[in-house]
Amino acid sequence: MDVGKFMAIMISMVFINNFILSKFLGLCSFIGVSKEIKPAVSMGLAVTFVTTMSSIISWLIYRYLLIPFDITYLRTISFILVIASFVQFVEMVIRKTSPGLYRAFGIYLPLITVNCAVLGVAVLNSEMFFINGKSLPDSFLMSVAQGFFAGVGYLLAMTLMSGIRQKLEMIDAPRSLKGVPLAFIIASLMSLAFMGFNGFKF
Amino acid sequence: MKKLFKEFTKGITVENPTFGLVLGLCPTLAVSTSVVNAIGMGVAATFVLLGSNIIISLVRKLIPDQIRIPCFIVIIATFVTINELVMKAYFPALNASLGIFVPLIVVNCIVLGRAEAFACKKPVLDSIFDALGMGCGFTLALTIIAAIRESLGAGKFFGITLFNNYEPVTMMVLAPGALLTLGLLIAGVNYWHIKKNDLKEIKKLGCQKEGCENGCR
Repeated sequence: MDVGKFMAIMISMVFINNFILSKFLGLCSFIGVSKEIKPAVSMGLAVTFVTTMSSIISWLIYRYLLIPFDITYLRTISFILVIASFVQFVEMVIRKTSPGLYRAFGIYLPLITVNCAVLGVAVLNSEMFFINGKSLPDSFLMSVAQGFFAGVGYLLAMTLMSGIRQKLEMIDAPRSLKGVPLAFIIASLMSLAFMGFNGFKF
Repeated sequence: MKKLFKEFTKGITVENPTFGLVLGLCPTLAVSTSVVNAIGMGVAATFVLLGSNIIISLVRKLIPDQIRIPCFIVIIATFVTINELVMKAYFPALNASLGIFVPLIVVNCIVLGRAEAFACKKPVLDSIFDALGMGCGFTLALTIIAAIRESLGAGKFFGITLFNNYEPVTMMVLAPGALLTLGLLIAGVNYWHIKKNDLKEIKKLGCQKEGCENGCR
C-alpha cells in the first residue's frame, strides 16, 4: 500500500475534512455529550472503535454481497441493520468480559447506533472506493484507514470542545446564550480555525 | 379536529425539531447552503417521517417492546431507500447536491424520535398530523437558515442574485457560517421564550414596587 495515500487519508480525515467541524456528521452527540471532558473522551473512543469496525464490515458486505447480486440499492438498509446489530453485540460482549470498560463507554454504545458519523463513514467508503461496481486497488485498507481516522478526528473535536465547554460553565453569559447556543458559536469559531488546514496540498 | 390541528401546529412552533428540540442537526447544517437544497431536504425528510409514522402507528401493537428500535429502523430505512431511488430517477441534480445526506435520513434523530415518542403510542390519524407538523417545522427551520446563509454568503436567494456590487461573505456558506447562524437563531428563540416567561411571571405576581414601568426584576 502506498504510504503517501495513507498519510493523505489521515490528514484529510483528522484535520481538513474533520467529520464534525467541516462535514457536520455526528453533531447531535457532539453538542449533547461534550459538557465534560471524561464522558466526551469515552464517547470519542467508542465512536473510533465503532467507525473502524463498521468500515470493515460494510466493506465486506458491499464487496461480497451487494455487488455480486447487483442489489446496491439496499445499501442504506443493510448497512444500518448490520451496524445496529454489531453495536448491540459489542455491548453484550463488553458487559460480559470487562465491567471496567463497560462502565467507561457502556452507556454511549447504544447511542452510537444512530450517530450519523458511523453510517456516514460506511456510505462514504462505498462511494469513494468503489467505482461502477468495481473496488479500487487497496480499497479495503483505505476504507479501514478512513474509518479509523474519521473516529480520531471526532475524538479530537470532542476533546477540544469539552475542554472549552467545561470552562464556559463558569462564565457569566447572557441567559439566552447559555448552553447550546454558546456551544454552537464556539464550534463555529473552532471550525473557522480548522478551515486553515484547507491549504494542505498533496 | 381541534386536537389534530394542535398536533400539527406544535411541530412548527413549540416543539420545532430544530429550534425547540435541537434534533436532526447534521442535515440541517449541511444542506442549508441554498434555499433549493433546504426545501428539497425538508420535503424528503417529511416524506420519510410521514411514511414511517403511518406504518409504525399501524403495526404498533404487533411489535414486541424489546426489539422495537430495530423494527423502527428497518421501517424507516425502507422509506429512505424509496426516497433515494425516486430522487435519483426524477431529481438527479438535487440528489447530487444533497449527496451523502439522502441515505443519512435514516439516522436523522427526528424520524426515530417521533417514532419512539409519538407514533408507537398514538392512532394513525394523530400520527399523520404529527408527522406533517414536524416535517413542516423542519422544512421551515431549514429554509430560514438557508435564506440567511445564501443571501449573506452568496448574495443570492433561490438562485436569483440579490445585490449587484456585493462581495459575498464566503464563510457563511461554509461550515462555520452554518454553526454560527444556528447558534444565534437558537439564542434568539431562547430570548423570546425567556421574555415571554418573565412577562407571565410579572402578570402573575402583579407589580408591587412603585414607579416601575417595565415590570419588577
